[in-house]
Amino acid sequence: MPNLSYLKALNRAIGDEMERDPAVCVLGEDVGVAVGYATAGLLRRFGPDRVLDTPISEQAFTSFATGAAMAGMRPLVEFQIPALLFLVFEQIANQAHKFALMTGGQTRVPVTYLLPGSGSRDSWAGQHSDHPYSLFAHVGVKTVVPATATDAYGLLVTAIRDDDPVVVFAPAGALPLREDVDFGALAPVPLGSGRVHRAGTDVTVVAVGHLVRDALAVAEELAGTVSVEVFDPRTLYPFDWRGLAASLERTGRLVVVDDSNRTCGIGAEIVATAAEEMRLTAPPRRVTRPDGAVLPFARELDLACQPTRAQLRAAVEKVAGVG
Amino acid sequence: MADAPPAAGDAAAGLYRTIALIRGFEQRAVELVRSGVIRGGIHPCTGQEAVAAGTCAALRPGDVVTSTHRGHGHVLAKGADPARMMAELAGRTTGLNQGRGGSMHAADFAVGVLGANAIVGAAVPIAAGAAWAMRRSAAYGPGTYRPAAADGTDRVALTYFGDGAVSQGVVLEAFNLAALWRVPLVLVCENNGFATSMRPQDTMAGTVTARAAAFGIPAVTVDGMDAEAVRDATAEAAARARTGAGPSLVECVTYRFDAHHTWEHTARPRYRTDAEVEAGRARDPLEVQGARIARATRAAIDAETAGLLDAAVRYALDGPHPDPATALDGLYASGLRPRAGAL
Repeated sequence: MPNLSYLKALNRAIGDEMERDPAVCVLGEDVGVAVGYATAGLLRRFGPDRVLDTPISEQAFTSFATGAAMAGMRPLVEFQIPALLFLVFEQIANQAHKFALMTGGQTRVPVTYLLPGSGSRDSWAGQHSDHPYSLFAHVGVKTVVPATATDAYGLLVTAIRDDDPVVVFAPAGALPLREDVDFGALAPVPLGSGRVHRAGTDVTVVAVGHLVRDALAVAEELAGTVSVEVFDPRTLYPFDWRGLAASLERTGRLVVVDDSNRTCGIGAEIVATAAEEMRLTAPPRRVTRPDGAVLPFARELDLACQPTRAQLRAAVEKVAGVG
Repeated sequence: MADAPPAAGDAAAGLYRTIALIRGFEQRAVELVRSGVIRGGIHPCTGQEAVAAGTCAALRPGDVVTSTHRGHGHVLAKGADPARMMAELAGRTTGLNQGRGGSMHAADFAVGVLGANAIVGAAVPIAAGAAWAMRRSAAYGPGTYRPAAADGTDRVALTYFGDGAVSQGVVLEAFNLAALWRVPLVLVCENNGFATSMRPQDTMAGTVTARAAAFGIPAVTVDGMDAEAVRDATAEAAARARTGAGPSLVECVTYRFDAHHTWEHTARPRYRTDAEVEAGRARDPLEVQGARIARATRAAIDAETAGLLDAAVRYALDGPHPDPATALDGLYASGLRPRAGAL
């Protein structure tokens, strides 16, 4: 069975969609030589009319994509650095996202924003290590964080086909992952559908992106003591609340592990919604970055700000009453 | 286009008609702000009508525009129905945007108005992207903007922005992108003398046209009170864009007769004197163009326009207010329904 890397899955998804739909085009910095690999080979296959290397003008090319989308194209915009989303927050949250409503449904803005390498890349320091997915969920922009190569393919395909703006975070921590896959079985994954990676009966761990792997490792460590269900939401907005509710019906206990800052992070929303609407038999817990975290450069300091397996294990034991 | 060009007299009258339409529309809109029918106030474009009229006279039906917070004139000159525009300002379901956009977001994709924009300069790169896409045959998917008149792939986008916007980084980035990729874009700087309360000499180092020159974009400055001068300069810029030579800039020097925003009518901020406004009003685009047509023609247009606009106001007032239960209908083009704010 062929072996597919997460990055190759992203690359394959873009190539397949460009093949399928002539309206799909790619814009970004250095997408021609594909410094991030996700766009590798696309310039050669589809030419400079559909694969546009941009000047370093993130704000302009992000809104350029909005205009192109309103005139019928289906652009994918790649950003090399997650913090660039802070530069283009106005262009995504305040422009692209708002056009459908503000025009009374006269237009749509089908743009995909791809972040290959979000979160910490291991000592890339303060301005290259953010994970701002909660911001986009907060403003209501569709937000996707695939954890596996198969889901990276399926969710990116769906994002490109979606008629609204979608931000796709591909966490740096997940990029090295590889998976044996049947290429014929690769398929779109609907937005708002979570995935249970491991079934359990005591505690539901909601893990976002690359942290799914850590959650699975912790579940394995605790096997025999605590039966952990690992729930991967896959998309943070829209969120699979029904799937989470079903999981909590089984377990009644919740831990969220989320690589974003604590206050108003997606973990807070998950815990709040579970508390309001779902079955909980013990107080839920979050494992997140600290409040207001700016990731320091030195490796020890960078790691000190990210959720760890030890923290997750302690949280699971606490809610399970075995800690 | 296949149509024969209109006779010179018709063209002059046509420009006057558009200017008069915008002037009368803004007068009525300001009254409706005062009476509370229009909530949130407006940014009247009174005094700047020749820019909208002249630029749109140089465009074809299939061309598109993006507009600004002071955009009523642009929307009307491009061909939107004044009644539906007034209904939009009044927040009625019969408005252009079904009451979901209002003054600062009025859009009419059917006539090529891709939307006014409330963030200064924000629409310039959007117009550049639309211009780029319009050159491409692939850009005609279902449900996307499609020109009413299928006039080929040499369509252009025209984007309006003010003197304040040329200090906005994204505008200059868009100049660079548009010039680099030779997108069929016409850049229209409506220099009305004020960025809210600030004069160009207090906000702008250098000039508008020199900014364009830095990117190799041809630029001219024209009398923005003269609709024919504006039209002729725009026609040249649009023709250049259609041939694939890229963007051009037209700076239209005009004067804002009324407030930055109707809020000023009560707040009275003092950044210009009444005497200055009087002097500025001395050169009125309505009079400039009115002097070019026969008195009887002018009177007939005035009467017709008044009737049209009175009917527009009635249409707006008759329109239903939207049902609060529909507040977020259409938030997502895909039909996704947001969760309610309370259980």
